[in-house]
Amino acid sequence: MALVGPSGCGKSTTLALVSGLDRSSSGSVSVRGTPVDGITPGLGFLFQRDALLPWKTVADNVALPLQLRGVKGDEARRRVDEWVGRVGLRGFEASFPYQLSGGMRKRVALAQTLVYDPEILLMDEPFSALDVQTRNLMEAELLELWQGSGKTVIFVTHDLEEAIALADEVIVMTAGPARVKARYEVTLPRPRDIEQVRFDPRFTELYSRMWNDLRDEVLKSYARATTAP
Amino acid sequence: MREQLRPLNAWVVLGTQLALTVLALALWEWGGRAGWVDRVFFSKPTDIGLQIGDWWRHGYIVEDVVATMSETIAGLIAGSFVGIVLGVLLASNRFLGAVFEPLLVLLNSIPRITLVPLFILWFGFSFSSKLVSAMALVLFVVFFATYAGIKDVDPTLVANVRVMGATRLDIVRHVLVPSALSWIFSSLRSAVGFALIGAVVAEYFGANVGVGYRIVNSEASYNTAGVFAGLVILMVLVVLVDTFIRWLQRRLIVWKPASL
Repeated sequence: MALVGPSGCGKSTTLALVSGLDRSSSGSVSVRGTPVDGITPGLGFLFQRDALLPWKTVADNVALPLQLRGVKGDEARRRVDEWVGRVGLRGFEASFPYQLSGGMRKRVALAQTLVYDPEILLMDEPFSALDVQTRNLMEAELLELWQGSGKTVIFVTHDLEEAIALADEVIVMTAGPARVKARYEVTLPRPRDIEQVRFDPRFTELYSRMWNDLRDEVLKSYARATTAP
Repeated sequence: MREQLRPLNAWVVLGTQLALTVLALALWEWGGRAGWVDRVFFSKPTDIGLQIGDWWRHGYIVEDVVATMSETIAGLIAGSFVGIVLGVLLASNRFLGAVFEPLLVLLNSIPRITLVPLFILWFGFSFSSKLVSAMALVLFVVFFATYAGIKDVDPTLVANVRVMGATRLDIVRHVLVPSALSWIFSSLRSAVGFALIGAVVAEYFGANVGVGYRIVNSEASYNTAGVFAGLVILMVLVVLVDTFIRWLQRRLIVWKPASL
């Protein structure tokens, strides 16, 4: 599922509430039918900003969630090795984040999130800081890693193309206060090819319908931002 | 874009520094011999050298340096330890921070040197009064650096490990302390100087051994060469300890680009 909406509408806040990082001031959030109180267990979060620990090597960063969960020894080593390999960073285990490119750091973050096998993945514009080519590569990789895993992914983005290409369901949010403006099923067949899917006529049709909805909201939030005292 | 500067030749820099030092010393020596500089008040480099040699032969230097250094290092370790623990506690717990941080700012505003006579009174002429005096200076420097270092942590890093299921202790261990470490190390470098000041000043006020004691003793007998000799010894000590801390910093903080 993807969440799109104008900037400042509360997409990131939604994820913070679901994860339990933030508390809601009113109303309640439930995950799997249980109200959120503290950090939601079994959940992974991929941030927009770099969240790797700069003082840990690639391998140590990926191992950290296992270490926090008490997974030790050979089992931990095996899983770290597996995930470092799956994101294509074999040979960089001993590198520190500052020695890697932005795309490589994102891959480490992805491995760090997936290594403990969370059922739900929250992604807050994870690829927005990358250049277009790297972003497309990362989207394709994400799809490949996700395929068949049965995980629920909530993907926040301001990029409609990214939302349609990745998601089964896209929710367009209104300019604050955030409400669900529209909900779209994306019926494009899977497995999808990130490069090719954009040329599918159903893709372009969905895109223009969503953009119609989103445009009003973007204009609203833009007008608000420019007329604010 | 940053302009690419041509690298300076390290040998030329070192050569110039040496030449300037030699020139300054030569002027001082010559001024003293020619009577341009009052020898009683300013001494001259050769006399200072002779004084150091004299102390060395009497075995004073080893004795004094061992005393002053053990006070300094003990004060540095004790002060840094308390400073780091307080910094971590007050920065990672909002309640403790709100209660105690202003109190520490208040305490820090006391000129610590004026407390030294009190320390002598409480702990006597012994080692402990010097240790406490050095510690009182070091503690605050290290505390404020640790506190600032932890407050400066990128909140995304904390959020990231929280989602992974980190406890408060995990956050302190994996995020807060490593992040503050580079701040702590830069504060340690100035803390060395403060520890030495604390120890030497306490020796000034009351001691029977130590570089500070030797300086005060020389001062009392108008032995200016002795005062300068003591200062030279202190200078060498600080450089040695600082070199050691920089070496330690390079060994421990390997995760940053070398230029930082």
